[in-house]
Amino acid sequence: MSSDSSFDGIRERARLGRYPIRGGGARRAVPAFDDLTFLTASASRYPLEGYREACATRTVLGAANARDPVVLEIPITIAGMSFGALSAPAKEALGRAASEVGTATTTGDGGMTPEERMSSKTLVYQCLPSRYGFNPDDLRAADAIEVVLGQGAKPGGGGMLMGQKLGPRVAAMRTLPEGIDQRSACRHPDWTGPDDLRIKIEELREATDWRVPVFVKIGATRVYHDVRLAATAGADVVVVDGMQGGTGATQDVFIEHTGIPTLAAVRLAADALADFPDVKLIVSGGVRSGADVAKALALGADAVSVGMAALVALGCNDTVHDFGPASYAELGTTAGGCTACHTGGCPVGIATQSPALQARLDPVRGAERVANYLRAITMETTMLARACGKADVHHLEPEDLVALTVEAAAMARVPLAGTEWIPGR
Amino acid sequence: MDIDLSVTSVRDANAALRALPAGASARLASPAGRHNLAVGLTEAITVEIDGTAGYYAGGLGRDATVLVRGTAGWGAGENLMSGLVRVDGDASQSLGSCAHGGTVVVHGSASLRAGISLKGGTVLVAGDVGDHCGFMAQAGTILIGGDAGRGLGDSLYEAVIYVAGKIRDLGADARIEELAEADVELVARLAKQHGFDHIDPENVTRVASARQLYHWGTP
Repeated sequence: MSSDSSFDGIRERARLGRYPIRGGGARRAVPAFDDLTFLTASASRYPLEGYREACATRTVLGAANARDPVVLEIPITIAGMSFGALSAPAKEALGRAASEVGTATTTGDGGMTPEERMSSKTLVYQCLPSRYGFNPDDLRAADAIEVVLGQGAKPGGGGMLMGQKLGPRVAAMRTLPEGIDQRSACRHPDWTGPDDLRIKIEELREATDWRVPVFVKIGATRVYHDVRLAATAGADVVVVDGMQGGTGATQDVFIEHTGIPTLAAVRLAADALADFPDVKLIVSGGVRSGADVAKALALGADAVSVGMAALVALGCNDTVHDFGPASYAELGTTAGGCTACHTGGCPVGIATQSPALQARLDPVRGAERVANYLRAITMETTMLARACGKADVHHLEPEDLVALTVEAAAMARVPLAGTEWIPGR
Repeated sequence: MDIDLSVTSVRDANAALRALPAGASARLASPAGRHNLAVGLTEAITVEIDGTAGYYAGGLGRDATVLVRGTAGWGAGENLMSGLVRVDGDASQSLGSCAHGGTVVVHGSASLRAGISLKGGTVLVAGDVGDHCGFMAQAGTILIGGDAGRGLGDSLYEAVIYVAGKIRDLGADARIEELAEADVELVARLAKQHGFDHIDPENVTRVASARQLYHWGTP
């Protein structure tokens, strides 16, 4: 309570008379994948040759129920981020990048844009509580459907889009008046519990002629039970978003004080799906590197999603532009520490609806950077898998990991390094 | 085309309906409260559900006419884009939720959250509606021939609600406004079109957004 940041928080609340709102993810340090390390091969394990022997990365989602399951060339997808929170060029760039490397990208609150559909070979269409822009035509144009129950940055809360970003096109897509501060509902309008969700999922399957898989996304809170309920309701894929997951705008108190770390969520989710072998698990929230991807897969995920990391690859918080420092200063922030996505003043044209700012983002060059990033972290993932003696990244397992802290050992349920000890066991 | 749901699965029945050309008609017999009947239709066909329908009857549709000859479960006509969903009896929760267009008509009463998150469609209920009717409704029209429950029009955006009976109470940011000539004409047209003879168009209450929740005053 005596730190400057606490004082700053008090002053900000005193000035605003309401809760602070911002973008980004949790700033506090929580146990994370960095707190784990791999036990790669040596005498007791036989490694694969890192530069010659193949290591499979192909990931198939939804094969049990969907006529056209989602086939990904890499186990990394791009998470749902809305057109509105992001600019059209940013959405286009993410779609191009995902297509380039053979993976999927995801819509967001507010619907699907034609640019996004055209640039994305595999596009996951979100069905959110607000249903802004949700319609059966786009539903049928999607390659998968994701019913969103919550997200890691604000589990239990609804979406938010400040008036600065609710320009004519975004407002029209969402059937909202231009320039209002949009509040999204936190509950779906036409179902409440898991029994209803089962019927809703069947409706979505009927409307798409059982062609595409249905994902259910949850914010990581009561993970074990929520994941089991989602699987019981008929999800092909459960997406679990940990507390490090980012957002375009929400209350700071949500970002910092709700949910559990992704590290803790993975094992709980994997355990919950033990009785559902056909249901796949995607994990997101704070995934940045190939090491994070490999650790998530080792703990039981079938794939991961990246959101904030993809935006950083695209140019978020970039310092290389001439216009950068002054533009960040106008927002009262700095490159590298900017979480002012909610203001719509994004200096690099990603989290804005301003035509002038959007023009700073070249979707083709941006897509190249994101595709490079996705390739690089896939290479890192396969490198670690080979070093553990695995010919498929999905063969990574908890036994390949140890923890560097007691907390991480307890959450990931792998031994503390140098011991056989798993807290609680 | 007649489809007997006691021997045909919902999946097969819906597939058969989707294969029909515009102008065709079909009858679904023995619905027995089955869910997801006639969902996702895209042609101007007419489907008669000969009894009680479960959840989402006629949902996610475009251009079709779906007639429920009994009561309907949750979300009848949900996310309708155009066309008509008509329920002869009562309807359960979330009637016509998120409908972008088209008309959802109930000749009995409707339960909670009728017209929730409405996005441009028209929701008409001859009888009473439960609590939270029109919650966060963004655009479109809701006409209630009877009484409305608690929290009517809570957090309304630009949809307009007309109530012929009593209103238990209004939700946050909803307010009663004076009827204009255009309102009376609209209500008269809708009431005549759907046989709501008990509604006096000049004697309904107009509820719309007070627009006090539109801004947080953030930088």
